[in-house]
Amino acid sequence: MHIVICIKQVPDSAQIRVHPVTNTIMRQGVPTIINPYDLFALEEALKLRDAHGGEVTVLTMGPPMAEDALRKALTYGADRAVLLTDRYFAGSDTLATSFALSQAIAKIGETFGTPDIVFTGKQTIDGDTAQVGPGIAKRLDLLQLTYVAKIASIDLNTREITVERRSEGGTQTLMSKLPCLITMLEGTNEIRRGSLDDALRAARSRIVKWSAADAGIEDLTKCGLRGSPTVVKRVFAPAARAEKAEQIDTTEKTPRDLADALIAGIFSRQPALEDELAFDGDA
Amino acid sequence: MLNTKQGTPPPAAGRAGMKKELPEHFKDYRHVWVFIELERGQVHPVSFELLGEGRKLADKLGVELAGVVLGPAGEATLYAVAEAFAYGADLAYLVEAPLLEDYRNEPFTKAMTDLVTTYKPEILLLGATTLGRDLAGSVATTLLTGLTADCTELDVDAEGSLAATRPTFGGSLLCTIYTLNCRPQMATVRPRVMAMPQRVNKPIGRVIQHDVPMVEEEIVTKALGFLSDGQSSTANLAYADVVVAGGLGLGAAENLKLVKNLARAIGAEYGCSRPLVQKGWMPADRQIGQTGKTIRPKLYIAAGISGAIQHRVGVGGADLIVAINTDRNAPIFDFAHLGVVTDAIRFLPSLTEVFTHRLSPHSRDKLAN
Repeated sequence: MHIVICIKQVPDSAQIRVHPVTNTIMRQGVPTIINPYDLFALEEALKLRDAHGGEVTVLTMGPPMAEDALRKALTYGADRAVLLTDRYFAGSDTLATSFALSQAIAKIGETFGTPDIVFTGKQTIDGDTAQVGPGIAKRLDLLQLTYVAKIASIDLNTREITVERRSEGGTQTLMSKLPCLITMLEGTNEIRRGSLDDALRAARSRIVKWSAADAGIEDLTKCGLRGSPTVVKRVFAPAARAEKAEQIDTTEKTPRDLADALIAGIFSRQPALEDELAFDGDA
Repeated sequence: MLNTKQGTPPPAAGRAGMKKELPEHFKDYRHVWVFIELERGQVHPVSFELLGEGRKLADKLGVELAGVVLGPAGEATLYAVAEAFAYGADLAYLVEAPLLEDYRNEPFTKAMTDLVTTYKPEILLLGATTLGRDLAGSVATTLLTGLTADCTELDVDAEGSLAATRPTFGGSLLCTIYTLNCRPQMATVRPRVMAMPQRVNKPIGRVIQHDVPMVEEEIVTKALGFLSDGQSSTANLAYADVVVAGGLGLGAAENLKLVKNLARAIGAEYGCSRPLVQKGWMPADRQIGQTGKTIRPKLYIAAGISGAIQHRVGVGGADLIVAINTDRNAPIFDFAHLGVVTDAIRFLPSLTEVFTHRLSPHSRDKLAN
């Protein structure tokens, strides 16, 4: 079976700083990583390939440097990597991104075989929208299975797939058909180390690089800024609070005294809370 | 192009300044819609929070506020419609069909897009729940319109366009996003970001019934079962009145029991900051912050949490934030109301003990006398 997985190279958000004066993101020196949720999806794709045979093609849209993320994915064991890169994609919102990626997936299907499953992570850690996966599914008319915690079973003869997906307050079991698009949840897979063979192969592999034209995209008005119905009008830093926290004096106090002082401070600000807590505590 | 009536030039920020005259076929798109999320017979509270926000937008625009209820015929949908009115909706669009029993993307997307193309709302709001995000992405792509995820603030500008503000770069910055030239303008909002509105006294409104043009045989995906989290309290974290959370300052996984003990003593829910989930000390559904849960408790106690911006995004709506941290320069003290510069590991047991004592009926009787 052929599995396509979409990944994104993202800045390691834990290390992003905002310039104190200009309120702009300071990207210099911020390392990039493969979006963590995409790694769970990649691992799931590799597991399915190992169990059922076939190939895993990893796809990303981004600047030329996103090649690093693809090469990393190859070291984990992906069979093929496609980089969709073109200045026409600059400024894409989720709708334009889903268009470009869906066109590239269609082209991958023509070139390397129709995918049975398209994977994405549940969301990226820079955009956090969780919209691109459903967007791709709709564009390609694939059945959509989001927030999947586990692929319970897959039958390549009947083309049936059963998954467990998280919803608010529970886990839903869905049975659907291939081909489908799955967005994977965090924490469901231990990411493999990748073998030495994979590392050597990745180093030697040529990454397939496609421009918009290479991917068969004719209508460039659906790409980039022009294809994005949403536009960012203003970027700003969250307002700072006027005053800092009132500090409980800690000099020469035992932890018990300190606790007394803190609790007094809490209830002086929220008098009604004391009765509520006493009630809850007894219950 | 626009703005000339007001005499103010549009802000020149790349395409943001390119707000155009809305295409003719979108001009009759009016009214604000809120998707009333009904899953397994329960209305998700985020729908009421959105009705409160939708009411403000509708009033500013001088249009009606509608709730959209999709589900099987029965008490649950009737209840959802009545609740939509009680929280401020002027009317409700109701699609009842057996195939809307369990949430599945195909029939829900079909029902929602069909309603939109028939009745033409200018703004459509959904909760950023698993269901809401699954549905919103499909609906927006089908309609080829803009969708802004996880908004923290919604407003309409002088020209009546939706200005949707959301955190970006993991919460380090906020950005305000417009949907140009497409309708409806769609946005999702996470639970607990908006305040719960007051129930309205006269809960009446019009109901417009609509059919979903689909039959069960056309739907490929089948819902086989549902395993409820049941009494698992993680589901309550977002709606808890009191929350205690631990961060890396706790030093070791076993010290999380100090957080849990305090939570139990005061009837609170417990959670953690992101690094603890990454270390595997706590499950992801206990994570508070930008990539975890947004909470809005009356009291939030953060123990050993430094307060990265991603965490702040998740707790900013709390009435009272108490921070315990050894580092007096930790960013959490910039947005907490009360702070204690001390080691949470040593302090939490005493805090638990004194709280327990103060809240016990015995000592309260003594105080009363």
